[in-house]
Amino acid sequence: MTRRAVAAIACVMLAALLAFDLAAVPPNPYDAPALFALGSGAAPVGGFCGAPASVPGN
Amino acid sequence: MANTFAASAAQPLARRSAGLPFAAVVLAGVAATTLFAGARFGLMLVLGLGFGLVLEGLRFGFAGPWRQMILRRDPGGILAQLLSIGLVALVALPLLGANPEELIGSQGRIGWAMIGGAFVFGTAMQVVLGCGSGTLVNAGSGNAVALVALPLFCIGSLLGTLHLDWWTNLGALPPIVLSGGSGLALTLAMLAAVAAVVLVRAAPGTRRIPGRYVLAAVLLAALAIANLVVAGQPWGVVYGLGLWAAKSAAGLGVDLSASGFWSAPINAERLHSSILTDYTSLTNIGMILGAAWISMRRTGALDQPVPRLPARAWIAAALSGLVLGYSSRLAFGCNVGAFYSGIATGSLHGWVWFAAAFAGSVLGLRLRPWFGLEPRQ
Repeated sequence: MTRRAVAAIACVMLAALLAFDLAAVPPNPYDAPALFALGSGAAPVGGFCGAPASVPGN
Repeated sequence: MANTFAASAAQPLARRSAGLPFAAVVLAGVAATTLFAGARFGLMLVLGLGFGLVLEGLRFGFAGPWRQMILRRDPGGILAQLLSIGLVALVALPLLGANPEELIGSQGRIGWAMIGGAFVFGTAMQVVLGCGSGTLVNAGSGNAVALVALPLFCIGSLLGTLHLDWWTNLGALPPIVLSGGSGLALTLAMLAAVAAVVLVRAAPGTRRIPGRYVLAAVLLAALAIANLVVAGQPWGVVYGLGLWAAKSAAGLGVDLSASGFWSAPINAERLHSSILTDYTSLTNIGMILGAAWISMRRTGALDQPVPRLPARAWIAAALSGLVLGYSSRLAFGCNVGAFYSGIATGSLHGWVWFAAAFAGSVLGLRLRPWFGLEPRQ
């Protein structure tokens, strides 16, 4: 087996994940945020690595 | 003679055209993401491609430079990391201070589990020679050890989220953030102090940053700042990997509603939204694809055979992937989310993460020969 096959498997795994997810939850383009968060006036709502275990107080 | 000439002329042409169909598919994916999810998400995928192209194209990373410093006292890579973090901090900290409603830093809580998680992450990172971003980039560029580690990294990260409450309750401080002008000055001073220590410890004749690393440091900083401006949050890796496993588990019927982590509003929203609207997922996907594309452009890079390793080496790679995922969740990030973005956005946990993970790396390098991943000395 060559590195090409390994890279191909990685890409196929990624494609399978995306297909699985798109079938379950298709994105909604009408719900899209502004292009840039900076200047949008909206609070950041994305998940991030420092996310706490649960909401403080819960 | 004519055949020889034709063959030599065809080689550069073949090299130029290598990966073009793949690049076309990737660009179609960017266009589809923009069209069906939104322009911000398409742009995040482009930034992810940029991260992958820079990391693989310039052969820059996090685990490798630490290894070079520990084993050979070669400081070039780690100095480039510090330079890149400093460049991001110069822009990110003033931006965060001026726009607290729109932007958020990579803040984590310093605690026992966080420190232990970072130490264990540093150990496992050197066993597989890949951190969060490294595992993604290596898998995309055809590294079989990384490909084995990656799915288990995702599962480990999910398991970490399920136990995070318990671990954090062992004792953790609230996030401590260095902000404002004094925070920036202190961050830059601490980066300079670490660079000075590294230079003092460096082997004679190695006290410089190679030009390739300087370029990588500057490009990574530009991409990381763009990540903050576009997404409103810093560059991260681990959250996306845990989300992939969580969504897969939920799709297979696992109920995550009892989990404190996945029932928190932001995480529940991510769990029930498309991966194409999750920032860390998009940059993770981009890193894999960017690294794959660069590898296709390198003559012969993907034609190399997968190394023949003993069974215990593959088992070690799989277990290390699991440990990487679990420990990085407890540590509130990996080299990217905690070390790079944490320090660059003023979070004190990034510094503590750095110290603990570096100590763990020393242990990890000693363990590699025992797993058959390197000849014993």
